[in-house]
Amino acid sequence: MKSRRFVLTFPPEATGEPITYNLIRKFDIMVNIVKADVSPGQVGHLVMEMSAPSKVLKDGIEYMKQQNVECVPIDRTITYRKELCVHCGACSAVCFAGALTMDRKSAELVFEPEKCVVCELCLTACPLKLFEIDLG
Amino acid sequence: MSKKRTIAEINEKILSGKAVVLTAEQVAAMGREATPAEIAEKVDVVTTGTFGPMCSSGMFINFGHTDPPMRMERITLNNVPVFAGIAAVDAYIGATETALPHDQYGGAHVIEELIAGRDVMMQATAKGTDCYPRTEVKTLINRESVNEMIMFNPRNAYQNYNVAVNSTSKMKYTYMGTLLPSFGNATFSTSGELSPLLNDPEMRTIGIGTRIFFGGTTGYVAWHGTQFNTGKPVNEHGVPVGNSATLALIGNAKEMNTRFIRAAYFEKYGVSIFVGVGIPIPVLDEDLARRVMIRNSQIETNVLDYGSPGHDLLGRANYESLFSGEISLNGKKIRTAPLSSLRVAREIAETLRGEIAAGRFLLTAPVENFKMTSGLNNLEIRL
Ligand code: SF4
Ligand code: SF4
Repeated sequence: MKSRRFVLTFPPEATGEPITYNLIRKFDIMVNIVKADVSPGQVGHLVMEMSAPSKVLKDGIEYMKQQNVECVPIDRTITYRKELCVHCGACSAVCFAGALTMDRKSAELVFEPEKCVVCELCLTACPLKLFEIDLG
Repeated sequence: MSKKRTIAEINEKILSGKAVVLTAEQVAAMGREATPAEIAEKVDVVTTGTFGPMCSSGMFINFGHTDPPMRMERITLNNVPVFAGIAAVDAYIGATETALPHDQYGGAHVIEELIAGRDVMMQATAKGTDCYPRTEVKTLINRESVNEMIMFNPRNAYQNYNVAVNSTSKMKYTYMGTLLPSFGNATFSTSGELSPLLNDPEMRTIGIGTRIFFGGTTGYVAWHGTQFNTGKPVNEHGVPVGNSATLALIGNAKEMNTRFIRAAYFEKYGVSIFVGVGIPIPVLDEDLARRVMIRNSQIETNVLDYGSPGHDLLGRANYESLFSGEISLNGKKIRTAPLSSLRVAREIAETLRGEIAAGRFLLTAPVENFKMTSGLNNLEIRL
């Protein structure tokens, strides 16, 4: 079972196909819509997580292509606006993965993205709201 | 006989560029080898610093009069209500007031925008009087357009503060940050051995009128802070365990700097403000030398369970272990994290050190010392 995130870009002219419905019903792909920005008559974007065995996922993506839906995989990453950070440490309190720690000597925040499990807790824990999810 | 000096003598040395000024961290490190008598001999001034969220903060502002004039009764700044129950165009921006329903933006953000020199939208209404006929106004204001911006914080610079943990199985969102369930973390909020009131715990040199570093400029201690309590138990190193004394501070916010005043929002709690404070301690004698030498390992505080309604006391921790990233509570190891910035606290102590060493900042003797108190009143529910 593979779970990956994708940005789907829909053409302005609706295909009439209930795409996400079909992915679930016809392909048996588990779908989780993370972010939707779709309005009629315009290019629409959808950020969606799909879980299914690799082969099924591939078929689903092929199906979307046939419907003129662009499908680009993304890997979520966490970023923060370092230049605004005051090194208070509030984010390090919630980062159980150990990606955010306070350097003992410099008393500065250290971010090691490779340890991040994208739990998203730092997004709300930072009192300055410096963290963002980068959707790739 | 150990050396004694007066503040006037120290100021003379500062003016002649001969004063020895160290930060509280430097003197704590020096104190591992030197005795209090030696420190009293060598060091004239020790600088401290803290940069943490301090809710009891705000700013008086005078907008200037419109033509025709107006006695403003309801005022908002960027949609945040501000206190208008004083003279016509005076107001007080409370740091924690919010622009409901957008409760992530509040008075602290308005204060930060004004200090940064940005425009802020002001709207006011009034019933109109014979002498103040105008009934409404909507305009933009900024640091240059208003007459005064006076930061006046009724409670800052807490002398020591609790450590927060959470015993419950649910996440707790508090002013001590996000507390993970089942003792998943412990948060604390002082700069330890750099903290102003921990370096002169009996406030021999800090009182009404003391000149300080405040938000990037020079400010003053106006009064003792609200909830001032010197009745807390003191450990064998002479520092109170848990939150005790506080300071009311005043300064010109037009001269402040957003490096040292920053708005904050704590999830599911509300708006607060990071305030930068630094206080110079004159080393008048051996007793004060002993105080400024205090090390993180000698400063202790209470660990409280913010998961319990009464914030039950669970134990004690010292700042050396708190800063190390882990404390041990009843045999259990808990990961720690600060909420107050040691990095900026150091910058404040260092800036103040530089100003004094360069002869630009002179020390003051308190106009009056604080009265020692014995405890706090609780609010009784009488109806
Ligand atoms: S998303 Fe989670 S793991 Fe990643 S940095 Fe933030 S708190 Fe740490
Ligand atoms: S909580 Fe925000 S301001 Fe504080 S250290 Fe983390 S990123 Fe920096």
